[in-house]
Amino acid sequence: MLSAGFVLLLSAAYLGLLFAVARYGDARADAGKSIISANVYALSLAVYCTSWTFYGSVGRATSGGLSFLTIYLGPTLMLLFVGVIVKMIRISKDQRITSIADFIASRYGKSQLLAGLVTVIAVVGIIPYIALQLKAVSASLEIVLKTSSDDLVPGFLDATFVVAALLALFTILFGTRHLDATERHEGMVAAVAVESVVKLVAFLAVGLFVTYGMFGGFADLFARAAAHPDLANLLRLDASRAGTWAALILLSGLAIVFLPRQFQVIVVENVDESHLRRAVWLFPLYLLLINIFVLPIALGGLLHFQGQPFNPDTFVLTLPLSRGAEALALLVFIGGLSAATGMVIVETIALSTMVCNDLVMPFLLRSRRLGAGSGEDLSGLLIGIRRAAIVAILLLGYIYYRAAGEAYALVGIGLISFAAVAQFAPAMIGGMYWKLGTRAGALAGLVGGFAVWLYTLLLPSFAKSGWIDNGFVAAGLFGIPALKAQALFGLTGLDEISHSLWWSLFVNLGLYIGVSLLSRPDAVEAGQAERFVDVFRRSSADADARLWRGTASPGELAALLERFLGRARARQQLDAFAAARSVDDWRALPADAEFVRFAEAQLSGAIGSASARVMVASVAQEENLGLEEVLDILDEATQVRAYSRELEAKSLELEAATAELRAANERLREVDRMKDDFISTVTHELRTPLTSIRALSEMLHEDPEIASDDRTRFLGIIVVEAERLTRLINQILDMAKLESGRAEWTTSAVDVGEVAREASESLGQLFRDKGVALECVVAEGLPTVLADRDRLTQVMINLLSNAVKFVDRDKGSVQVRVGGDGDRVRVEVEDNGPGLTPEEAVVIFEKFRQGGNTMTDKPQGTGLGLPISRQIVEYFGGNLWVESRPGAGARFIFTVPLPDRT
Amino acid sequence: MKRSNPMRQRLAALCLFGVLLLTYPLLGLPGGDWNGLPAVYLYLFGVWAGLILLAAMVAERRA
Repeated sequence: MLSAGFVLLLSAAYLGLLFAVARYGDARADAGKSIISANVYALSLAVYCTSWTFYGSVGRATSGGLSFLTIYLGPTLMLLFVGVIVKMIRISKDQRITSIADFIASRYGKSQLLAGLVTVIAVVGIIPYIALQLKAVSASLEIVLKTSSDDLVPGFLDATFVVAALLALFTILFGTRHLDATERHEGMVAAVAVESVVKLVAFLAVGLFVTYGMFGGFADLFARAAAHPDLANLLRLDASRAGTWAALILLSGLAIVFLPRQFQVIVVENVDESHLRRAVWLFPLYLLLINIFVLPIALGGLLHFQGQPFNPDTFVLTLPLSRGAEALALLVFIGGLSAATGMVIVETIALSTMVCNDLVMPFLLRSRRLGAGSGEDLSGLLIGIRRAAIVAILLLGYIYYRAAGEAYALVGIGLISFAAVAQFAPAMIGGMYWKLGTRAGALAGLVGGFAVWLYTLLLPSFAKSGWIDNGFVAAGLFGIPALKAQALFGLTGLDEISHSLWWSLFVNLGLYIGVSLLSRPDAVEAGQAERFVDVFRRSSADADARLWRGTASPGELAALLERFLGRARARQQLDAFAAARSVDDWRALPADAEFVRFAEAQLSGAIGSASARVMVASVAQEENLGLEEVLDILDEATQVRAYSRELEAKSLELEAATAELRAANERLREVDRMKDDFISTVTHELRTPLTSIRALSEMLHEDPEIASDDRTRFLGIIVVEAERLTRLINQILDMAKLESGRAEWTTSAVDVGEVAREASESLGQLFRDKGVALECVVAEGLPTVLADRDRLTQVMINLLSNAVKFVDRDKGSVQVRVGGDGDRVRVEVEDNGPGLTPEEAVVIFEKFRQGGNTMTDKPQGTGLGLPISRQIVEYFGGNLWVESRPGAGARFIFTVPLPDRT
Repeated sequence: MKRSNPMRQRLAALCLFGVLLLTYPLLGLPGGDWNGLPAVYLYLFGVWAGLILLAAMVAERRA
């Protein structure tokens, strides 16, 4: 048995820990070292999992089987539409938007009426949800202590009230430490992330305990359930509820963005858009993990408590307690406490911002004492209003809890709240993507959708609780059957949530679109529509500057900021603004459109865009721009943007063309340089033999006295050099023909083996003179190839004469091998000469480059043989290459492909 | 300004794919038992985990 004192002490210690985390987070944020990382951001989104998830999912699973999963599949899918969320974040940063009411009001011309309406819908929809959290905390306390919670606190108070009061205190300390233009609470986000981890760990622990501790694992649990006729149904999906399934996915997908607390953590508390890259998968992973054990726990509870009274919503606590696992039950209790407190804190902060900015401020500012012209410092009052709003919201939640008790209106409230905030979807999403949406359309849609929601969902839940007469549900309003609240116009076959969602979104969307198309926006709306829809495209503040015209004084604007932000903070912001415009003192700034926009943005962060607009208008004399004029300016901006985009595209094209030209020019120059190189090399090669011929013949000519054997030797040299010259010129001509493609080829079927043998025979004398062994091995039965026989012979002779040239006299040996190699004939000429380095193996195929050291050795060839051979082989579709290592001889290989056998 | 963002579009395509897999009529396909576990339980969590894995691969890829 757990003692009450211990449990309360533990809870207090846990909340104290959270508070420490939050203070640390705030301190780090103030020091400019944010602790909000992508992981913290993703975990903070799990504030979505309230005690309704923590305790209620199991309850839902005991009646609806797997359908509870839709509540988590919807958010998974919605987060994948990350473009919508990024756009929302970007707009909110751009416009200093701090709540969902502010977002909608700002889009439709900063309308106070619209902001107030959204706030009312949110408060009406969410208060019961907060009540549900209070109920969960007190119910779990009673179970852990096995006593009525009212016995815990003396006198007229009850434990739930104490919980609510503590939460209010906590929220005030977390959420309203100071006024901040961004309305960001990094400490709170860090604490919520910690809570998310705690509730996940707690739920997984109880899941493992039930599945593996009380039963023999998943398979055992499912097998036992399947054997039970009542439980077997929970393991199947009911295809007749396909419509409900889809509706719940849609509903929860909208809730993940439009619930005030979700908008707060996803959009307002976002410090870096790139954090979404993590959240897009980490948050769904969190949801998956926290749901794995829901069905096993539900089945385990139903099997375990068979024949006894039980409440499935508390299985996560009663199952461990039934086995005496008190420590685990305590962990689960702390997990549930985390789920409830996290939700209440974030939701209350979000709602209090909306109530303060959009309900209270408009009235206060209209009153003479606080309105325009009064110089009183209002920053303290603002914080006071927020704190009062927090207390009021929690008090309302408590009252609702007291009034509702065990009534249906509380238990079913989760989805009812979702359906309420889903009404924001048309105005929000339409406003982000559709410029023609107007204030009148948004108002009509919201009022219509909210009314249908009230009539088909909230009021019937009151009727079910017995608070009001249920005639309008059973028989229809005024007895008209078509007006039955949960079968409107005879629409049946849907459950109440899908029914309400369908009708309310139908009316909402219909009115939003219809009225928008029939009404005209005013000038402010048109400007805001442009800023919202084109938030990614806006590059200059030029159009902004022209959309405001009038006169203002910097002093008055600064005084206004000081009134709402406090003196120190206002001065700080003004100095930062002046620094950004490279001015030393803000007093020297001109009170131009940019200054006015800055002031309005700062005020928006503090009191909402609608009130900010009213306040700025009270000190600045704005000239009214007509709608036509605004549209002209916007059109012009659009046109300028289109022109600049065209120009950009043109200049890109031009750049590409220039680059191509440059590359072509580069290639031409390269070819030109190669030609010059070629000519100078050729000239040099020709001059060497010519010089020696000329020198010798001049000697013979001028000195008739030369001895006759010298004369014979000289003439011999002249003959050899002349032959070399002739050969060189022939080969240059040959090369030129090959390269220019003017060579003549006679293609016929050629037996490569025969070519090799003939070439070996014709060079036989040369090999014998030098004492070099020549061996020629030709494989049997080789097919013929299509080639020019004379050209192939030329290649063979070139390779053989190279080989004999480089091997040592009397010790050399050369082998010729001809064989098949798949679809080609392969010829190898291998020698045991000095071999080639890897660099040489490449350069010998270049023109006029020879093997051996050309600087010291006498050149032994023309340096054109191998390049010509390679050209020839490649012409027939083959390859010519060399495999060699220094000192290990060289093996020249060429291949000729066989003709296609078709 | 970026005119198109392939990561966002890939994720959106993944979402549409997920919607098809996680709603009827496809959802009506898995029935009976797989290795002693209800097929639809495995199917839902399997598809879900697959979507998360793909989303992680798309989103965390260095641009």
